[in-house]
Amino acid sequence: MASKVIHAIYNDDDILLHAVKQVRGEHYHIEEIYTPFPVHGLEKAMGLADTRIAITSFLYGLVGLAVAIVMMNYIMIQDWPQDIGGKPSFSYLENMPAFVPIMFEMTVFFAAHLMVITFYMRSKLWPFKKAENPDVRTTDDHFLMAIDTGNHDVDEMTKFLYNTGALEISLIENDEDDH
Amino acid sequence: MYTLPNKLKLFAIIFMVVGAIGIVTGFMMAPKTTSEVKEMMASDHGDGHGGDHAVAADSHGDSHGEASHGEAAHDDEAHYEHVLHQMQNRPWSALYIASFFFFMIALGTLAFYAIQYAAQAGWSPVLFRVMEGITAYLPVASIIIIVLLLLSGFHINHIFHWMDPELVDPSNEHYDKLIAGKSSFLNVPFFLIRAVIFLGGWNLYRWVSRRNSLRDDNAEDNRWFKKNFKASAMFLVFFIVTESMMSWDWIMSFDPHWFSTLFGWYVFAGMMVSAITVIAMVTIYLKSKGYLEHVNDSHIHDLAKFMFGFSIFWTYLWFSQFMLIWYSNIPEEVTYFVTRIEDYKLPFFGMVVMNFVFPVLMLMNSDYKRVNWFVILTGIVILAGHYIDVFNMVMPGTVGASWSIGIPELGSLFFFFGLFIFVVFTALTKAPLLAKHNPFVKESKHFHY
Repeated sequence: MASKVIHAIYNDDDILLHAVKQVRGEHYHIEEIYTPFPVHGLEKAMGLADTRIAITSFLYGLVGLAVAIVMMNYIMIQDWPQDIGGKPSFSYLENMPAFVPIMFEMTVFFAAHLMVITFYMRSKLWPFKKAENPDVRTTDDHFLMAIDTGNHDVDEMTKFLYNTGALEISLIENDEDDH
Repeated sequence: MYTLPNKLKLFAIIFMVVGAIGIVTGFMMAPKTTSEVKEMMASDHGDGHGGDHAVAADSHGDSHGEASHGEAAHDDEAHYEHVLHQMQNRPWSALYIASFFFFMIALGTLAFYAIQYAAQAGWSPVLFRVMEGITAYLPVASIIIIVLLLLSGFHINHIFHWMDPELVDPSNEHYDKLIAGKSSFLNVPFFLIRAVIFLGGWNLYRWVSRRNSLRDDNAEDNRWFKKNFKASAMFLVFFIVTESMMSWDWIMSFDPHWFSTLFGWYVFAGMMVSAITVIAMVTIYLKSKGYLEHVNDSHIHDLAKFMFGFSIFWTYLWFSQFMLIWYSNIPEEVTYFVTRIEDYKLPFFGMVVMNFVFPVLMLMNSDYKRVNWFVILTGIVILAGHYIDVFNMVMPGTVGASWSIGIPELGSLFFFFGLFIFVVFTALTKAPLLAKHNPFVKESKHFHY
């Protein structure tokens, strides 16, 4: 669907935050916002859903704990219950304190690494990814809000955005393979 | 200004009265002679419970058992006398544990308060008066502790085994070489002098910081805040040294043959988590009564994070101490855990569940840390868990296998709970609940996370 988007550029995060609230008040659809640094409260102003990455991390941690338990139980108790320095290898519980450091580290390892990989996958980041940057200045000191024109009147939108404090407003043809 | 509701006053007094009755009953229940012990144990045999105790007490409980073990193993009378001493120690230990538990809440709060000052925390000044209210229990607790230590020092009770002069007398048959070797540190006069220095220093800081904090309310400049900042920094240095020594003196010396280097930190961690839990609970209570208008969800969230974090820190130290000793299994160190695992299995491992597993699962979720009843519920479990922690540290060294949680323990717990509530909430009525001139109080009012 070839639609048009308006790119409105701001140079202050406070003005941007205020503009986001106004734009949403007018029920215009914000496609995306590009900022050089995290703007505190932006996701709330945009009405984005909370991240669930902490929940995935917790579950990955449980996986790591399970891996550590199964691994140590198999190696040290089931497969070859050797007497090593008098440690009781009769059951997992009896020798558990010795396994706790491994259980802990595996839990942290799985929770951390799988969460990071989840983050990369969900945000579509990888080494040779083509950067999706509509304006190079957004990595330095400018803030860019992309608003879907939809069926709205472009002139009216431009005027409205100008009033929210936008420095530059440009109309962009949105190609299909843009993203 | 907060006014003490009559209902709360009555509530506290009822707890004190019931507790006092329990304490007195506990002392009356303790056997006076070995024949009473025999009777008690005979009546216990019916449910097969006393049998376990008798066997268990026979095989270990070494910290006090040196005397009876040293003689002849077949000596029945010595065994009964051993049990008699344990049973006579029980009401004293129960009193000591409960008084120490509430004392450490007040002291932990004082340390937390000092940290907030020294770190110039921006979130907590709206809670300063709550913390000051809790630390108002410190002078009361100090007097009780010093009285209990004096009673032990004058041999009114025998919960501190090493205080027995027979043990350090080489000509006596009960001479204990290990304790005698430590007697340059563990002797009654020096022990009491140290106690006075510790308590004096802590109470001095508490008095100075409270006075400066009240003066700051009407101040024109930040003079009193700066004084408190300096006092807090100095107190924290003093505190960490004295707290460590206090834990050797007042807790570790119950097992005078045993030693552990991270013990001071371990006691400190338990102290901090209990203190922060109590701060959170008192804050939530006062907030629910409409007294703390500037306290919001985020303050509770922060306190709950501290509860969560310090619970894990406590567990880390508990496990480090346990695992190092379990792993190397050196006989002179490992008896400490052997007695606890054999005679105190449920409290010893139960407290790990209460102090670690439960709070970690309950307070992991960010949203739950803002739900007041979640914090209160977790707080109750944490406090109960840390009472049992102190119980586990003290009881095995004083009563050995003859332990139980009954009238003496609950009586002492009730009495000190009532006293704590009474003193803390009376102190809260003495000053406005907002430190209004603190330089960080504005930030604290608008704190959100």
